[in-house]
Amino acid sequence: MTRTKMGLRSLSGLATGLALAPVLAAGLMAQPAQAQDGSVLRIVPHADLRNIDPIWTTAYITRNHGYLVWDTLFALDENLTVQPQMAAGHEVSEDGLTYTIALREGLTFHDGSPVTAEDAVASLRRWGARDGMGQKLMSVTESMEAVDELSFTITLSEPYGLVLESLGKISSNVPFIMPARLAETSPSEQISEVIGSGPFRFVEAEWQPGNLVVYERFEDYVPRDEPASYAAGGKQANVDRVEWRYIPDAATATQALLAGEVDLYEQPAVDLLPMIEADPSITVETVDPLGTQGVVRFNFLHPPFDNKYARQAVMHAVSQTDYMFSIMGNPEYFEEFCGAYFMCGGPFETDVGSEALREQNLERARELLEQSGYDGREVVILDPTDVPVAHGQALVTAQALREIGMNVRLAAMDWATMTSRRASREAPDDGGWNIFPTWWLAVDQLNPITNISVAASGDTAWFGWPDNPRIEELRDAFARETDQDAQRAIVVELQEELYDFVPYIPTGQYYQPTAWRSNVSNVLVAPVPFFWNIEVD
Amino acid sequence: MLAYVVRRLLATIPIMALVAVFVFLLLHMSPGDPAVVIAGDFATAAQVEEIRTQLGLNDPLHVQFVKWTADLLRGDLGNSIYSGLPVSRLIGQRIEPTLMLTLTTMVIAITLAIPLGVIAAWKVGTWIDRAVMTVAVLGFSMPVFVLGYALILGGSVRLGWFPVQGYSSVFASVPGFLRHITLPALTLGLVYMALIARMTRATMLEVLNEDYVRTAYAKGLPTSKVLIKHALKNAMVPISTTIGLGLALLIGGVVVTESVFAIPGLGRLTVDAVLRTDYPVIQGVILVFSLTYVLLNLLIDLSYVLFDPRIRY
Repeated sequence: MTRTKMGLRSLSGLATGLALAPVLAAGLMAQPAQAQDGSVLRIVPHADLRNIDPIWTTAYITRNHGYLVWDTLFALDENLTVQPQMAAGHEVSEDGLTYTIALREGLTFHDGSPVTAEDAVASLRRWGARDGMGQKLMSVTESMEAVDELSFTITLSEPYGLVLESLGKISSNVPFIMPARLAETSPSEQISEVIGSGPFRFVEAEWQPGNLVVYERFEDYVPRDEPASYAAGGKQANVDRVEWRYIPDAATATQALLAGEVDLYEQPAVDLLPMIEADPSITVETVDPLGTQGVVRFNFLHPPFDNKYARQAVMHAVSQTDYMFSIMGNPEYFEEFCGAYFMCGGPFETDVGSEALREQNLERARELLEQSGYDGREVVILDPTDVPVAHGQALVTAQALREIGMNVRLAAMDWATMTSRRASREAPDDGGWNIFPTWWLAVDQLNPITNISVAASGDTAWFGWPDNPRIEELRDAFARETDQDAQRAIVVELQEELYDFVPYIPTGQYYQPTAWRSNVSNVLVAPVPFFWNIEVD
Repeated sequence: MLAYVVRRLLATIPIMALVAVFVFLLLHMSPGDPAVVIAGDFATAAQVEEIRTQLGLNDPLHVQFVKWTADLLRGDLGNSIYSGLPVSRLIGQRIEPTLMLTLTTMVIAITLAIPLGVIAAWKVGTWIDRAVMTVAVLGFSMPVFVLGYALILGGSVRLGWFPVQGYSSVFASVPGFLRHITLPALTLGLVYMALIARMTRATMLEVLNEDYVRTAYAKGLPTSKVLIKHALKNAMVPISTTIGLGLALLIGGVVVTESVFAIPGLGRLTVDAVLRTDYPVIQGVILVFSLTYVLLNLLIDLSYVLFDPRIRY
């Protein structure tokens, strides 16, 4: 009997000992998590860096990566004014057709080669082939030539009011300056190396897609003397190393911030914010003063939304507050109402024509729907369930449409599938669609040229392909106009047309907070997360 | 034995070929166009076409398959559509965390499950049996992510013993490795442990009723010797099979566990690649997982020899 007990004891003892050995060892060796080094800034970015070429893709994460590695000729400051960045200055000929741009002296790329005018010209050509605003600029550009080592000219075929605004474009695609040998890569191919002249150098050997991206301070970077302001001013790299640690799970990322395993969390999930805000060693702030615009887009190729009364009916049926609660939950982080297609707080803010969106009116919506001749056919709303911002908007739209008597089908899918399906021009029953939800950073929506969702050029317009010559006339007039007051007048006229035509529904303006620990200071207020200027204790 | 091993290894070739065909067709027939994702919002239809052509996605399916197979036979798994990095490099970066997570999980699960299953069978019908089986059923029923978050809350947030997330290479620091791997391995190990413990109990119950066990007791052998040397050894064949089959479960669990604990392993690589339809990466990872599974099953089959002298290959 005694031996039996011993047998049992030894058996269970062996099991427990073996199984718990790593646990016990770990417990004994456990130490509180600490920052590795004062000069390392550890960030949880909003997405994984999948591509390294900010001209090849419009992804915001690649744009943010681009700002660390590359520099721009001009840049936008906090007054939304374009300032010289790599450029020492520029001159415009009397007829307004020739821009001569001089580069600052002493700028070098990370491979040690000097930055030259040839590099700038080649980079602008590649960007101009790819970016919407760049394409517009190139369409009025007769020639672009290097004059000498450090200056080049852009000669226009007609006056154009947005030359510097284009060269200082702050969001995707940003006209970054690359070495000519890389900039000569076809715009449809990715560049093979990440060599820039920006404040940080990309450490390719340590890049683990889906996990880690590392940047090191570029010692030979020459910052401007002015203080940093948005993308302009002196880009002081105050940390030796920036690490992007991608943590896909929001709850895990939140706990990692609370435990001090990371220093800054770019876009914490809104429902987890109370947990973060309760920690006094963490600052939660909205660093993007302009915010983001929710967008519900129609397909103009197929009924019922090929008819403007049907689109107006939806405009009357929805409520921005419903959308904003579905996206952000907390009214602290969204505008009660924003009727400006070109954003509240932007230089072209106006609420003209927005009455229909301000007051939800289901009765009026039903009347308009009847006027449109809606025949009860099924309306397909694409619903990317893995992206909360888009999923919430899809649900709110579906509910509003059902309330006015529309026959709605929510097509659930992941975001990647949605990006493919929204490109389909087929009928909704054949793999096409009627409505899809998305969002744009305000900085992309600030004027009629960068806000591509208002473009109405038919086949060449953004997904949905609206066709409205009047809108295109006004956009062209805006681009040619050089006086900002005159541009504002054009925007007022344009917005009236937009509210009548309804290319999309602006579902509201919201602000994404960022969180960082107390060892981090000097975080720049800007619509793009910039990682210069920041200091880490 | 050698002939058997060679025969089985040769049999993996058609299996892997079938897996390759199946994975390729399944992926290319499912919705999602990486060219559209890459091209972004400003791209014209012509630019999307250009990217599609550049990536070879406009070639007929059989041409794409032949090209991919030819590269595969040369040992080239291709490059990621997005990052442009070789798939072999991406897999190479991720193998260690997944391998170590799986091994640690197996060590924890097997060393706990087999003794628990043996004890439950030995004390069948008692509170010990019921307690072990309750733990096993709970373990099998609890979603991996729920247990993961609970352990993070307890082990990391409340006690501060373990890091919340990440991985530290065993080659860089053993203590660092142990601190990072413990919670994920416990999370993943509970399901696996439950499966093995239940199978061990069931098999042991059968064996304990055999005549030779009664004879062993009659000879006056101590219970521990009867249980371990006589009964357990004979019960090990079906238990080994369960361990092998459970690996498939483990691979599924690795995907979730790696996401919860932000471990840069093959599971997360798979999820990320699937979400963005990165064909070469998905194909490469599934081939690696399939090959591992086939080879591990071969090893399990070979291990039967150790437990049952009647088995000869």
